[in-house]
Formats: sequence, structure tokens, C-alpha cells
Amino acid sequence: MAVQTAETAPSAAQAADAGSAVAHAFKDAFVTGLIALGLLGPLIGFETIIIDGALGLGYRPSLLAIMVGIIFAGRLLLNLTIWSPNRRPRTRTGPTVFDRAGVAVGPVVKPALLAFAATFPFIASYTLGGWNESRYLIDLGILILTYVMLGWGLNIVVGLAGLLDLGYVAFYAVGAYTYALLATSAPVNGFFAGLLGETFWANWAFWICLPVAGLFAGLWGMILGFPVLRLRGDYLAIVTLAFGEIIRLVLINWVDFTGGGAGIASIPRATFFGVPFTRDENGFAALFGLEFNPMHRIVFLYFVILALALITAFATVRLRKLPVGRAWEALREDEIACRSLGINTTNVKLSAFATGAMFGGFAGCFFAVRAGFVSPESFTFDVSAMILAIVVLGGMGSQVGVAVAAAVMMGGMEMLRNLGFLKQVFGNDFDPSLYRMLIFGFAMVAIMVWKPRGLVSTRDPTIFLKERKAVSGDLVKEGHG
Amino acid sequence: MATSPENGAHRWDVDPILSVEHLFMRFGGLIAVNDLSFKVGRGDITALIGPNGAGKTTVFNCITGFYKPSEGRLVLAHGRAPTPDEVAEVTRVGERALTGPQSGVYLLERMPDYAVSGQAKVARTFQNIRLFTGMTVLENLMVAQHNALMAASGFSIKGLLGLPGWASAQRAATEKATYWLEKVNLIDRADDPAGDLPYGAQRRLEIARAMCSDPILLCLDEPAAGLNPRESLELNTLLRAIRAEHGTSILLIEHDMSVVMEISDHVVVLDYGTKISDGTPEAVKNDPRVIAAYLGVDEDAVEEVEAAINADTHATGTSS
Repeated sequence: MAVQTAETAPSAAQAADAGSAVAHAFKDAFVTGLIALGLLGPLIGFETIIIDGALGLGYRPSLLAIMVGIIFAGRLLLNLTIWSPNRRPRTRTGPTVFDRAGVAVGPVVKPALLAFAATFPFIASYTLGGWNESRYLIDLGILILTYVMLGWGLNIVVGLAGLLDLGYVAFYAVGAYTYALLATSAPVNGFFAGLLGETFWANWAFWICLPVAGLFAGLWGMILGFPVLRLRGDYLAIVTLAFGEIIRLVLINWVDFTGGGAGIASIPRATFFGVPFTRDENGFAALFGLEFNPMHRIVFLYFVILALALITAFATVRLRKLPVGRAWEALREDEIACRSLGINTTNVKLSAFATGAMFGGFAGCFFAVRAGFVSPESFTFDVSAMILAIVVLGGMGSQVGVAVAAAVMMGGMEMLRNLGFLKQVFGNDFDPSLYRMLIFGFAMVAIMVWKPRGLVSTRDPTIFLKERKAVSGDLVKEGHG
Repeated sequence: MATSPENGAHRWDVDPILSVEHLFMRFGGLIAVNDLSFKVGRGDITALIGPNGAGKTTVFNCITGFYKPSEGRLVLAHGRAPTPDEVAEVTRVGERALTGPQSGVYLLERMPDYAVSGQAKVARTFQNIRLFTGMTVLENLMVAQHNALMAASGFSIKGLLGLPGWASAQRAATEKATYWLEKVNLIDRADDPAGDLPYGAQRRLEIARAMCSDPILLCLDEPAAGLNPRESLELNTLLRAIRAEHGTSILLIEHDMSVVMEISDHVVVLDYGTKISDGTPEAVKNDPRVIAAYLGVDEDAVEEVEAAINADTHATGTSS
């Protein structure tokens, strides 16, 4: 393809070239169409069908023609517009539109998002006309906030310290199983029953186990940290991936302890600081003089996860401004320079792993109390990949970016379930839910092409002398393990 | 300055801050540093020079703990020069260091890299600048004060809860950073990312960052590389000021002879991992081995000098 930039080609020559450029565009699109035909011919052109109980071959020439036609037309359109040699390249200097927009609305975004998050259940209930009707939305809100929290937790490890962790779900699992096992444990229940009354453990288990789950997950973060201290980059990613799988496999196979693949059911529900959400006179509704509604518990859970997520964000923001947080970021930037300045990088890495894991553990504990049931099925690699995608998409190290990415990814995934209108376009045989992941993948690729450093690609300095200037993402390193 | 005229003894012999003793560094079959011994005087500016590949940076990496030497002892003395008995005692008991209220002996070859900087107070810069490019200039200097600030923040607990003490420690650290930024003339760029600075400024910032960790020995790996003559001159002034105002001893690797001859009190010349000359700049400049190995002479002279060297020592065969 003849590349001719606007600077080098005089405008007279450009006009003369216009005809050949169009011809070239057609030729290129035709070749692309041929390649598409070759590729899609076997893929789309044929289909297996059942004829009289035997497998036969069907043909779909019209669908093939449509697909090849789309590719030909699309290529032609791109050749004539964006890839056109006559197109004057736009020289961009300084921050992009997004960066400037980010600076302009930056101060408003955080309070606005926070206010929305804090009032979301009430907005949902008001607009949908009642608590029971808004159950789906509030559940979705809880799911999104769980992933926001997990994203913020992993952000410490990946975004700040630059350690690529593909096994973050392990800590989520540790937190969930810590709560599930402790809350359903008969000896623990018996111990507290003798000490503080029969219902004490059922009512308080969550609030006591929450910090325990966090600490336990943090401990496991350190245990994972030790063997991977010397690893970097790809090697670190593989070992953390393995660690995530090991935890899951142990949960499946250690049947005596964890219940194996069947999981642990009837885990005590969350209580309003010891007051259960039940219909009887000791319940939450009676205590506050409300009419009993099972949604009280769901709304309460929403606020619990919101509070947990905000604690995560608050702690991360605080830690970033402390020496330990600066050391995490310095580690991401240059490990050798860190060591030359007397920073014990072993401790820095372990503290990053442990802190990130701790928040994962809190989230896991919340997951167990919300679902009332845990099984190893909930802690597959998909979850790790999803959390990592949220962090990368949000912009590594950015709080708001991660929150928005979590909302987009989890909310978007759910929204894509409602693709019924596509049936009207493609006919009733078309099952839109099959294309959910495809659309989702396209969206991710598009965002990464467009904003390769994530939604928020600038870094906020932790301290300033005269003026707070955002650091461009081009200068910030991704870390190397 | 380095020599006391009364007895003719060099300061590096009388009061060494660092003694490199029989240092060997082998990488498989390659001997990068071969039985190197030299001393760095307290308060001196010592230059380590030599042709490319002579092993200078390897020596640096051994001193600063990035490499474990294959053999040898690296004695760093805080306060005053230790007696041979003290050094022997530390060596024998297998400790990393023996510290008293006024003085301390550190065996650097036994310490990991971060402890060489954090405890023994040997700071270094790098040949290819290693700044935290995505962090601001000020943040770079704050990271350098990590250990002091970490203690002040109660290992993050006090800082996380916002208890008093942490804020004042942070303020003090910022003041120190400001002092060094003024010193290296970067105060106006304090809030800019370090990666945005021009090359010469990055070199100065790296020195300022090293100084923020309160070193008693500052090791500079080619600080003048890539600087123009004016910047080299500023560098000389800066290094002299560091030595004069902070009493920090300086050990530097340098190719720029205008810097080396101008500011150093003591020059050690390496070639093929061995020391070929050691003394004051004048003495080294006139040493025929140095001229042959490093500064360069015409063909006949090289042969002459090589013959002379081979005659009186079993010196290295110059395999060129």
C-alpha cells in the first residue's frame, strides 16, 4: 500500500492521485474480500445438519455472501476515509481530549459517583416502584461493588506495585471459606453458646469473621509472596496462576474439611450488628418499627459492601501517600533503584501481596455471607481474569478508573443479557446470549486500542510542593513482576 | 589536600573510609576483577578510572552489594578508621557489622544491597540513569528517605490512622528534599515527572536522590557521561559542595578526564580487572602504565612501555 503523507505530497499531485487512490482502495478491499471468502467459506459456508437421524452437510451461501459483503464494504469504507493516503494526519500535541476532559470533570466525578452509589438502592426502589421490584438492580449493584472492591484490592498488587497476579481469586476464596467454615463450625458455635448465649454466634459470626477472613487472606498473600519473590513478569504470572488453581483444587479435594465440590451451605446470614433480619419480634423490622420485608437484608448488604469498598479505597489512597505506598510505586518503576536507596524490596513485595490479599479476603467473606453458600465453582480462573481485566481497563493505579471499569464490565455483561431486540433483526433462531462474550470481547479490544493505558491513564502524584500536576501515563511504567 | 606534607602519608592510607582488600569477581571462567585492593580516604573524592571493560562497574556493584564478590573483603568504617584488631574481630565472628556509639565497621561483602545503602550508608547512582520516571521529582527524593519515613509512620500504622508525628516527619523530609532540589537547581521542576527532565537534570536529580539517603560514601557511576562542558563544570562544583558541606566521601567512575583530574584527590586505575596505578592525579597522569593502557600513546611507545612492564612485573598480556 503506497503510503503518502500530506506533508510530502504536493496538493496538485494529490488531486492526480485521487483516482488511483480510489482504484487502489477497491483493489485492497477486493483482496480482503477474497481472504474473507477463503477463511469464512469453510467456517460459515457449511453447517452440519441432521438429515433423517444422520449427520449431513448444509450450505449457507447467502449468509456467507452477507459476511463477505460486510467485510468488503467495511474495508473499502476504511480505505476511503480513515486509511486514505490523502487524509491529512492530525497532529496531536499535549494532552488528548480525554485527558483534558478528565482534568475538567475530575473533581466532580468522585463525589458524584459516591453520591450515586450511596443513594442507588433508594433511586432504584423509587423509580421501579418498590423494594421487591428493584431486587434485580440492587443485586446487580452488590455484584458490581464486590468487583469494585476486588479491583481496588488487586490494584494495589498490579497497579501500584506492578506485580502481575493472576491468582487473586485464591484470596477471595480464602476469605469466603474462612467465613463459611468458622460460621458453620459446631465447636466454635458451642464455645460461644456456653459463653455468650445460644444465638450469639449465629448473629455475630459475620462481624467477627470479617476481620479474621481479611487477616487470613493477608497471611496467605504472604505465603504466596515468599516463593515468588525472585520471579518477575511472565514467570510471576504463571506461578500466581498456579497458586489460584491450587487453592481451588484443594477446596475440591479436601472433602472432609471443605465439603469438596458440594461446597458449604446454610451459612449464617448477615445481621444488622447482631440483630437478625427475621420476621419475629427480635428482628430488624420489629426493632425499627418497619413492616417486615426480606429486601431489608439485601439493601443492608448493599451498604455493607459499599462501606467495605470505600474502606478499601480510603486505605489505598492513604497508603499511597505513606512511605510504603511510595515504595510500591517505586518498585513498579525500578526495583534496582529501590534497592540502591536502602529499600528492602522483599518486604515491599510481601506487604503489597498481603495488603491486596487482605482486601480480597474481606470481599470473599462478604461473598459468602451474601450467597449463604460457597463452593469451589465460584473461584475459578475466570474470576481472576475478570478482576485483572477490570484493573487493566480502568487504568493501573487509578481508583476512579477501576470503579468505572468494574461498573462497565459487570453491568455491561448483565446488560448484554437483554439483547432480545436482536431477534427482530436476525430472526427467531438467533440466540443473542451466545454473542454476549463476543460483543464484550470486541468492546475490550476497542478500549485497549483506543486507550491502551486504561480509562484513566494519568497518575496522580502523592505529594507536591507548589502545584499538583498529573503524570502522563507514557512515563509511568507497568512494572515487570 | 590528600597528602599531608609532614610525613608524606596519603589520607587514604591514614583514615580510609573504605578498604577494598583482595577483591575477586569471577563470572564463570571470566575474571572481571582480579585481586584488587585499594583504599578510599575519608572526605576524599576518589576516582576509579580505566578503559572500557576494565571492571570498574563490577567493582561498584560489589561495593554496593549488587554482586556478591567471589573473594575479598570490603571494610567500610563509620566515624574513624578501625584498628586491624577490630576488623579481624568482625571478620572472625561472622557478623555483618560491629557498631559502637562513635564508630562502626561494616563488611559490605556480607550485606545485601539494600542494607549496604540503608545501614552502611553507601549510596550509589547508575551508569544508565535509574530514576522513577513516572513519579515526580519530589516523590523521587521522598522515596530515597524511605527507611526514616517508614519508622516515622509507625510502619504505616500511625500514618494510616493519621496520628501526630507522621505529619511532622513528612514535613521534615519535604524540607530536606527541597534543600537538595535547590542545591541541584531543580526546585522549579519539583512537581514535574522525573522522566520529563532533560538528561543533565536527570543526572543531577539522581545525585540529589542518592544524597537524600544520608550517605557517608557516595558512589557515582559516570556522573559526567552525556553532559556538556558547562554541565560538567556544574557537576564539579556540586561534588565539591557535597564533600565540603556534608563531609560525604565520594567514589566515582569517570571517563571525562576534565572531571577526574579537576576534582579528585586520589585516582585508582584499573585495566583488565587489576589495578595498574594508584595515587594522586599528578602521579597517575605521569604513570607510563596508565598512559599505555588508557590515555593512549603512539605505537612505538606502547611497545616500549609494554616491554618495560613485562620486564619488571608479570603484568597482564595486553591482548589487543
